[in-house]
Amino acid sequence: MLRNPVKRTLAALALIGLALPAMAETTVSDAWARATVPHQKSSGAFMILTASTDSKLLSVASPVARTVQVHQMTMENDVMKMGEVDSVPLPAGKAVSLDPNGYHVMLMDLNQQLKEGEQVPLTLVVEDAKGVKQSIEVKAPVRALNAEAMSGHQHMH
Amino acid sequence: MTDLLTRRQVVAGISLLGLGALAGCDPRSGGALDFKYGKDMSNKILGRSFKLKDTQGNVRTLSSFWGSMPMVFFGFTQCPAVCPTTLARAAQIKKLMGRDAGFLQVVFISLDPERDTPEVLDAYVKAFDPSFVALSGTLEETAAAAREFGVFYEKVPAGDTYTISHTSTSYVFDSRGQLRLGLSHSLNAKECAEDLLTVMEVC
Repeated sequence: MLRNPVKRTLAALALIGLALPAMAETTVSDAWARATVPHQKSSGAFMILTASTDSKLLSVASPVARTVQVHQMTMENDVMKMGEVDSVPLPAGKAVSLDPNGYHVMLMDLNQQLKEGEQVPLTLVVEDAKGVKQSIEVKAPVRALNAEAMSGHQHMH
Repeated sequence: MTDLLTRRQVVAGISLLGLGALAGCDPRSGGALDFKYGKDMSNKILGRSFKLKDTQGNVRTLSSFWGSMPMVFFGFTQCPAVCPTTLARAAQIKKLMGRDAGFLQVVFISLDPERDTPEVLDAYVKAFDPSFVALSGTLEETAAAAREFGVFYEKVPAGDTYTISHTSTSYVFDSRGQLRLGLSHSLNAKECAEDLLTVMEVC
């Protein structure tokens, strides 16, 4: 939603010749959501986030699910633990992966089955160090239930 | 006299060999195994007496899987991370095992019987491989099965609903139902397949 105004601001700044680093910009790549079988009520969404300045991911929303939370998966003695986090730190310039092995987006109480090939709209809210919030619209293609993460140690090709 | 004894001994020896051949197992098989990646669990008595239902409603116990190499994993279908990656890994292991693949029987036990109906479970595991079996029971039967395996699990509230933290080990039994191997979530398919071949060599 804010994307265009941001771009316009940037363009305006560039036009008046201000060589400021301007506002924080966060890019999203490789977004995807995992397909579900009928009546399966939750799934996960994954992506890579890169912020231009130190920022954090505050929240995610999606029309496909009643509840969307950012969770962190941790392993302790081979016990997989899951829990909601307040935010995900996005250090400047560092690609932060939301994948099945760590932070990920939980889509809970799904309103519909997620079918391979469809797109899941996600709205991310990212806040920079100055407290300026940016909202980012992402369309995450649905990949097969048995899809593996594109990054991570288990990927062998 | 001496001749007779010798003959008896020979006969006894032959029948012992015969028994061994029937069981089809290496005599070493009672002892510990040397795995490259996974954890040897040969001396652990776990998972012997679970009793759950498959998605067709048939009662299944460990003995239902005798003659195959069952690989048991606990999870729930609404799990976004470990469960699909472990099942995807299991499907990949089967591919890597080539002609021995038919021997491996993947068994997924639901820790979430309230939400994992037989229909959801069946569609879920078969999305990974049509040969995979899913088992579930009542809340009490689920708790008993988890206890049998020493599997930890607990509900974690999330919004209006919940998610489940749980042990992510895959447990492998030999064809006679003796627990052999524990495969951690961190191992890849190739590492698991190598250790599974070690289990197959003994029994």
